[in-house]
Amino acid sequence: MNARAWHCAVALIVLLLGFGNGFAQGFAGLGTDAEGFSVPEAGKQFQFPRDHGSHPDYRIEWWYLTANLTGPDGADYGLQWTLFRSALAPAEAEGWESPQLWFGHAAVTSALTHRATERFARGGTGQAGVTAEPFAAWIDDWQMAGDSFDRLRLTATGTDFAYDIAMHAQGPLVLHGDHGYSVKSAKGQASYYYSQPFFAVEGTLTLPEGEVPVHGTAWLDREWSSQPLAQDQAGWDWFSLSFDTGEKLMGFSLRDIVGGSFTSATWIGADGSTTSYGDGNLVATPLETSRVDGRDVPTRWRLALSDRALDVTVGALNTQAWMGLSIPYWEGPVRVTGTHPGKGYLEMTGYEPR
Amino acid sequence: MTGAILSALASHWRRNRLQLLTLVIGLALATSLWSGVQAINAEARASYDAAAATLAEGRFDQLLPRDGGFIAQELFVELRRAGWLVSPVVEGRLRVGDTMVRLVGIDPLTAPPGSTASAALDRTDLADFLRAHTLVAGPETEALLVANLPNPALRNTAVAPGTVLADIGVAQKLLDRTGRISRLIVLADQPLHQLPLAAIAPDLMLQRADDASDVGRLTDSFHLNLTAFGFLSFAVGIFIVHGAIGLAFEQRRSMVRTLRALGVPLRRLIVLMVLELVSLATLAGALGIVLGYFIATLLMPDVAATIRGLYGADVAGTLQIRPAWWLSGMAMALGGALLASASAVWRLAQMPVLASAGGRAWALASGRTRKLQAAVAVVLLAAAGALAVAGNGLIAGFALLACLLLGAALALPSCLAAILRLGEGQAARAMAQWFWADTRQQLPGLGLALMALLLAMAANVGVSTMVSSFRLTFTGFLDQRLSAELYVNADAGTDRAGLERFLAARADALLPVMSVDATLAGLPAEIFGARVGYTYRENWRFLDAVPAVWDEVEEGKAVVVNEQLSRRAGLRVGAMLALGPELSLPVAGVVGDYGNPSGQAIIGEALFRQVFPDIVPVRYGVRTSDPEGLRRALVDEIGLRPASVVDQAALKAFSMSVFERTFSVTGALNVLTLAVAAFAILMSLLTLAAMRLPQMAPVWAMGTTQRRLAGLEILRTVLLAGVTAALALPLGLALAWVLLAIVNVEAFGWRLPMYLFPAEYIRLVLFALAAALLAALWPAWRLARMEPTALLRIFANER
Repeated sequence: MNARAWHCAVALIVLLLGFGNGFAQGFAGLGTDAEGFSVPEAGKQFQFPRDHGSHPDYRIEWWYLTANLTGPDGADYGLQWTLFRSALAPAEAEGWESPQLWFGHAAVTSALTHRATERFARGGTGQAGVTAEPFAAWIDDWQMAGDSFDRLRLTATGTDFAYDIAMHAQGPLVLHGDHGYSVKSAKGQASYYYSQPFFAVEGTLTLPEGEVPVHGTAWLDREWSSQPLAQDQAGWDWFSLSFDTGEKLMGFSLRDIVGGSFTSATWIGADGSTTSYGDGNLVATPLETSRVDGRDVPTRWRLALSDRALDVTVGALNTQAWMGLSIPYWEGPVRVTGTHPGKGYLEMTGYEPR
Repeated sequence: MTGAILSALASHWRRNRLQLLTLVIGLALATSLWSGVQAINAEARASYDAAAATLAEGRFDQLLPRDGGFIAQELFVELRRAGWLVSPVVEGRLRVGDTMVRLVGIDPLTAPPGSTASAALDRTDLADFLRAHTLVAGPETEALLVANLPNPALRNTAVAPGTVLADIGVAQKLLDRTGRISRLIVLADQPLHQLPLAAIAPDLMLQRADDASDVGRLTDSFHLNLTAFGFLSFAVGIFIVHGAIGLAFEQRRSMVRTLRALGVPLRRLIVLMVLELVSLATLAGALGIVLGYFIATLLMPDVAATIRGLYGADVAGTLQIRPAWWLSGMAMALGGALLASASAVWRLAQMPVLASAGGRAWALASGRTRKLQAAVAVVLLAAAGALAVAGNGLIAGFALLACLLLGAALALPSCLAAILRLGEGQAARAMAQWFWADTRQQLPGLGLALMALLLAMAANVGVSTMVSSFRLTFTGFLDQRLSAELYVNADAGTDRAGLERFLAARADALLPVMSVDATLAGLPAEIFGARVGYTYRENWRFLDAVPAVWDEVEEGKAVVVNEQLSRRAGLRVGAMLALGPELSLPVAGVVGDYGNPSGQAIIGEALFRQVFPDIVPVRYGVRTSDPEGLRRALVDEIGLRPASVVDQAALKAFSMSVFERTFSVTGALNVLTLAVAAFAILMSLLTLAAMRLPQMAPVWAMGTTQRRLAGLEILRTVLLAGVTAALALPLGLALAWVLLAIVNVEAFGWRLPMYLFPAEYIRLVLFALAAALLAALWPAWRLARMEPTALLRIFANER
C-alpha cells in the first residue's frame, strides 16, 4: 500500500467515527447515529474553563484556530492550527486502551504558497490531549497553551515551515446559536459551538525564505458533537469574517446532495454581543470557481445578510489553499470587499474531483 | 496454400511421433526445472520483502536502546513532544499452540506510510485493529492463531510468514511488556525544529537504515546457487531440444525441397516452420510450468526450512503462483526453442532448391564443426582460467562457472573422439575395430546428449561436494562455538547477580557472553568479551594463530578476529587492530566463523569490562555434567522461562536437521538432472536407431546375430556414458572449488575448506551408468527383436 492509500486508510477511521462525514466526501450512512455517545441538548450552560477541555463522551470535538496576519512589508498571510479529537467509543482509558484518537492540522498560506501538514496520535499515552486549567492543547510538539484561555502561545512545525505566535484576547467568548447550541440541519442535528474571535496576535513564521515577523488577528472555534451531519448533506462552506468596523460574522452553509442548503449565521458586535440568524437569512452565492487538485472549488463568493444590510464579496488570498491531507479540504484566508470590507477565513469541504 | 504447407509440415510429426515427444518433453523438462527453481526463489524473495516491510527494517532509521533492553513508553512521548517523528514497535516471541511466532506490535497512527501496518492493514480493518484486539498474519500463521487464541484474526499475505501483527497495546499485553517498547522507527520526513537526540534520550542510539541487516542480501548466495542449478538444468534441456529440432529440420530437407520445387516461397515456408515451432514451444512451456509448479511445491517446505535454519529468515512453506516465475519460464521455453532452432533455420534458408536431400549430413557432422567447437572450448576454458586468477566479485565468480561448464561441454566430443581413437588403435580383432570405429561414428549424434550428461554429472558432483563440505565444516564449527552444554538468556528484568551466583555454585564453568556493536577498521563489527577457560582452549580451532593465543587474550594483550573481519580489513596474525580511540591490540589468531556475515573481535573478559563498563552479559554459556537437571533448576528455582534456557544438544540437532533438509533438496535435484540427461540419451539413441540401420545391416549380413549387435549397442552407450562420467568428475570438482573458494568468499566473506567424498562420487557415477543403461535398453531391445526383413530391406532401399 502506498503512502496515499495509507493516509486514506487513516482517513477512513475518521470516517468510521463519523467525524469526517461532512468533512470528506461521501456519506455511505456511516456513524449517523450517536451509538452511546452523549448528544448536545438545548439549554446547556457552559462551565468555563472546564469546557475549554475535552469532552470524551462526545464523538467529535475540535480546537480550531485561524489567523489573518501581516508581514513587515504589508504582505498578507494566513495561519491555521487545528486539533481534532475523534472517539471510537464514549470513554477515556489509560495508555493504548484509550478509544480517543487525535489529529492535528497546521498550515501557513501566503498569496503564492500554501504549506500544510498533519499529525496523528492516540489518547491515553500523553502524545496528544487537552487540559482545561491551565489550558493546554497539544499533539506532539505542536501546542496551544497558556495560563488562561485569554493568553495563549501557539506553535507548530512541519518539514518546510514553522510558527510561534502569542495571542491575547481583546474581547469576550462568543456563543453561537441558542447559547452555544448550534443547529446544523432541519432534522435537528446540532453541536455545541463557541468562539474566541477577538485574539490579537504577534509572532514569527519560519518559512523556507527565512523568518517573517507577523502581527494580526486570530479566531478560535470550539465545537463538539456526536451527531455529525444529516445523511443528505454533502459538505459545507464556512466563513469567519472580521470587518474593519470591529464587527464580525460567523456564517455557514451546509449543502445537501440535491442542491439545496441549510444556512446559519452569528453577527458579533465589536463589544462581543451576538445575534443569531437561522436558516435562510444568510445567502451565500458562489461567483467564481478555481481548479484545485482536480476539483472545481468556489474561491469567490457573494455573501448577503439583509437584516444587517450586508452585501460583500469574499475572495481567496490564494485560490490554491488546498489541504492535501488525509482528509482533503480547502482552507485559506480571504479578503472581504463591499458594504463591509475586512478579512477572514474560508473553509470548504465536500467538493469532489471531476 | 498455407493450409497445404502446414499439413505437409505436420505430416512429419505424424510419422515421427517419438521425435515430437522428444521435442515437447525435452523442452517441458527444461522449462520445469527452470521455472520450478524460479518459483522457489520468487516465493522466498516475497517472504523477505514481507518481512522487511513488516519489521520496517532497512528502509527507515531506528532508535534502539544502547543496552539492548527496552525503551520506556514515556520516552516515546517525550521524543514526539520534542519534535521527533518516531513510531513505537514492540516485538517478541509468542508461543501459539506448539509454535513460536514473532509478534510485532505497532501503532498504526504514527507508523510511517509504506511500512508495517500499511503493508498489512487495509482500510476496513483499521478500527477493528485498534479496538477489537485483532491479530493480522499470513495464511499459515492465521490458521494457527484461530486455533489457539481468542483474539479475532485476520489473514493478510503481506505479513511475513511466522509473524503476527497487532496493535502495540495488544502486543504489549500478550508479551507481558506493558509500557515498554523494543524500538522506535524514525520517519523519513522530520520537522524543521527538533531537540537534539542526546538531550532527550541519551540512552538511545540511532541506527541508520543502511546499517540494518538485510536478509535478502544475506540469502542471495543461496538463491544464486539455486538459480545456477536451474540454469544448468535448462542448458541440459536445451541440448535435448537442439538435437530434436536439428534432426527434425534435417529430416525434412527433402520435403522442403519438394515444397519449394512446387513453388512455395522460401520466406513463407520459414515463417510457417518458425510458427509451428513457437506453438510447440508454447505447449511445451505450459507443460513445463505446470511440472515446475509441482517440483517447486515438493521442494518448497525443505527450502523454507533450510533458509530459516541457516539465515533465520522466515519463508512461507507454500507456493503462490506469481507472474515473475511463470512468465520467465515461458520466455525461457520460447527463447530456448528459437535459440536451438536458429542454426537449423539458417541452414535451411541457405539450402539451394535443388540440393541433394542428404539425410546423413546431420549425423555426420563434419570434422570442421568439431574443430570449431574445440577452438571455442579452448577459448572458454582459457577465459575461465583467467577469471579464476584475476576475477573479482560475485558476478565474475558466476561468469567463471559459466565459462568452465560451457567450455568443458564443447570440449567433450573432441576428448571422446581422442579416447575412442586410442581404443581403436589398441583393438586387434576386426569386430573390436568395427566397434570402436562405429562408436566414434555415433559421436556427433550422441554428442549433445553426452554433453547434457556431462553437465548434469558435473553439477551433481560439484553441488554434492559443496554441501557435504559445508556440513562437515559447519558441524565442526558448531562443536567449537556451542561447546557449553546450556545457554541461558538473561532477559530484561532477570536478577542477573542472583543468576550468576546460582550458576557459579551449580555449574562446572560459567561463560558470560558480552558483546557490543563497534566499528572496526571502518567496518561494522561486534566486540566480544570472553572468559577464557578450558572451553576456549580445548575447543577452538584457528585458521592461523600465534602459540598460546588464549593466554595473550586472557591477559588483555591480544585480540582474536573472525575470518570475515580478517579478510575484509586485511588483518593477518600480528597486525594491529584499533578497538577504540586509545586501545590497539595485535591480532593473535584468526578463527573460522560460519554462523554470521559480520566481523567479530574477541578480547579478554577483564579488558572488556574495563573498556565497556556499561555492557552486561545477556547470555551465559554453562558447562555442566547434568544439563537436564540444571535446566530444570533454572526454570523451577530461578523462574526463568523455559525458552530462555537452550540445550546445546537440541540446538545442534536443529542445525543438523537443517542440513538434512538441504540434502534432500540437493538429492532431489541430482535425480532430476540425471533423469533429464538420461532422457536425452534415450531420445538420441531412438532417433539414431533408424538412421543407423544402413551401418548395422552389413555387420548383421556378415553373420553377427541381432542379439549380439544389441548387446554391443548397450555396451557402447554404457562405455560412452562411463567415459563422460569419468570426465565429469574433475569438472565437478573444479565446479565445487569455484563454489567454495570463489563464490562463497565473495558472498559471505569466508572460504569453506573443500573435502572430497569418493563414495558419493562412485554412487553418482553408478547413477549415471544406470541412467545410460536404462536409456540404452529399449533401443537395444527393439534392435534385437527387429524383423530380419527390415535389415534386409536396407540393401534394397539404401539411398
